[in-house]
Amino acid sequence: MPDTAIEAVDVTKIYRRYAHKRQFATLKSALVSGSLIRDLKPEDTFQALKGVSFSVPSGCTYGIVGRNGSGKSTMLKCVAGITRPTTGRIAVRGRISALIELGAGFHPEISGRENVFINGMMLGLSKREVTKRFDEIVEFAELAPFIDAPVKTYSSGMYMRLGFAVAINVDPDVLLIDEVLAVGDEGFTHKCLDKFSEFRRRGKTILLVTHSLGLVERFCDEALWIDEGEARASGDPRRVVGAYVTAVEKSEEASLASGDQRALEQSTTAPPAEIASVSDPVAASEAPIDMFRANEGRWGSREIEITSVHFVGADGQPTHVFRSGDPMTVQLSINAAAPIDDFAFGIGIFNGDGICCYGTNTWVEELAGRRLEGSGEVRFVIESLDLTEGTYKIDVAAHSRDGYPYDYHRLLYTFRVKSRIKDVGVYRPRHRWEFSPSVQMGPTLKP
Amino acid sequence: MLANLKALVRYRGLIQTLVARDLKARYRGSVLGFFWSFINPLLLLLIYSFVFTVVLPGVHPPEIEPYALFMFCGILPWTWFSSSLMESSGVLISGGNLIKKVLFPAEVLPIVTVLANMVHFCLGLPILAGFLIYYRRPLDPLELLWFPVIVLVQLLLTIGLALLVSALTVHFRDIKDLLGNLLTLWFFATPIIYPMQVAPSRFKTALNMNPMTHLVISYQEVLFYVGPHGHWKWLVALGVASIGVFLIGYFVFDRLRDSFAEEV
Repeated sequence: MPDTAIEAVDVTKIYRRYAHKRQFATLKSALVSGSLIRDLKPEDTFQALKGVSFSVPSGCTYGIVGRNGSGKSTMLKCVAGITRPTTGRIAVRGRISALIELGAGFHPEISGRENVFINGMMLGLSKREVTKRFDEIVEFAELAPFIDAPVKTYSSGMYMRLGFAVAINVDPDVLLIDEVLAVGDEGFTHKCLDKFSEFRRRGKTILLVTHSLGLVERFCDEALWIDEGEARASGDPRRVVGAYVTAVEKSEEASLASGDQRALEQSTTAPPAEIASVSDPVAASEAPIDMFRANEGRWGSREIEITSVHFVGADGQPTHVFRSGDPMTVQLSINAAAPIDDFAFGIGIFNGDGICCYGTNTWVEELAGRRLEGSGEVRFVIESLDLTEGTYKIDVAAHSRDGYPYDYHRLLYTFRVKSRIKDVGVYRPRHRWEFSPSVQMGPTLKP
Repeated sequence: MLANLKALVRYRGLIQTLVARDLKARYRGSVLGFFWSFINPLLLLLIYSFVFTVVLPGVHPPEIEPYALFMFCGILPWTWFSSSLMESSGVLISGGNLIKKVLFPAEVLPIVTVLANMVHFCLGLPILAGFLIYYRRPLDPLELLWFPVIVLVQLLLTIGLALLVSALTVHFRDIKDLLGNLLTLWFFATPIIYPMQVAPSRFKTALNMNPMTHLVISYQEVLFYVGPHGHWKWLVALGVASIGVFLIGYFVFDRLRDSFAEEV
């Protein structure tokens, strides 16, 4: 039966944002200044949702993704009926249960047992229904030995588990979930996912707000991406997540670029005393790097100046975000004011922990500088960036054969490596798996 | 508004459970537990009796004896009224988690507060009965039929005001502080520790405007004074007015309902 379970049409939500003086307004001052009515009208507003429309077919698992503050949770609250949209219309068919905050409304002084009853009734069950499901709830929460203790003695994990168990056992037609899967340990999370799968099998509708993109891809039939209160994309979850990830990369790119710009502007011209002796990347990799001393900076006598540094991707465009295995070129623009014949170029790649992933220079690779005058370019070409996901910083330097720095840029440039595969370590060697015919493997399945 | 009132009936099971929770949670952890519901009014009565029979013995008219019993008839319903209003002024803010995170009819909260205090009131009644027996005051069973009517009128009036106070406090937090002082004034403006007839005549009109005056006098007529309940006309009028207060309170609450989730 492909009818609609949730239908949102052109939903707009405007929140008031109070001016400083409004916050301290009191009844008296409102009466005295005669501004009672005016103060109840918003003067400064924030539009959390700007005309979002979507519809969720009955029995569909629908994911909403988006950045923090994009309006996802507001949307969910509107669907749940906790707040009313300023304009627009939302229709929901069937009983709703909203997992927005678990255990909201638990009273700390009374026992878990009584709280289960009260919470269940708040979520719309009758007393008889709660009695019928009580054992199931307690068993699901794994709290049987503690159910008669006051809730204030529970750990936060126990509290959340009980809240989750009650909410999920309300047996709703429409289940709204706001980023609450991070409760309990691994085992409990699996149990929750199993419960969701059971919901799907029984043809219930689930609306899921989450930052876990993998969950959306694996779990949802459809997805919606909200950004700054507007629906950006909807439909096939892989496509929506893809579009969202691309947008996030773009904004990361912008923030990395501006971060590098700031670092360069703030970099000192003199080396910090402690690391003055560490003058080329190879030496730097040999000396134990203390992350606390590895400040970014710039120093050197400037016989050769590095005027700009860019990361260039496969398409020849400067970027800061790469996928594991992509080609990457580090492009240095250099300038020597006077002719010089004693020079070398070096580079070092450091990961977020300050570990030198790789360091080299032209001298150790048996290339000797012959002559340089005026400006030029040096490109360090990596054909395949075989690093695991993470943020990396680089050192680049122009120095003499024996390590005297002309222009040393320490950790001033940042790039990010992204990977769909959550492998660990620093280096991701090119690899594949091979199996003899008796070992049968297939792609991982949906949970 | 009518649809919401109907929905309220559906939530009666929840209201019942929440009242029970409120009473249980209140004395959890105290040694005497539920007995405090009896002891509190008793202690209050002892204090007032001490003040008006030992410290200031000449204040009350001599024909009203025992004075402690007279005061008790007024203090008991007053405590119900004033604690209900005091507690409901904060109830939406302290229950903010519920309003923001759970789809929940907010009016349940002030109503539960009033009902929980009504249970305390009812628990004080056996003590009152004990006093009546101790002083050998006979009650007219016919007159006693008025008692549930008085309680009902007070319940309606208190719920109406509690809805109003709780909804407005969300927007104007200082109502809470204002209300504390207002209730003190209100207490002395109600013939609880003095009989209506000793009040100066120029204040009579003002006292008659006070709805609590008529409730307290009705309690006194039924429980304390001998003779027929002569105040019933006032009581019926107040009953009608209370329905109005309740509807106004509910109307205001309903109008402000949507702002609660954002304001608390």
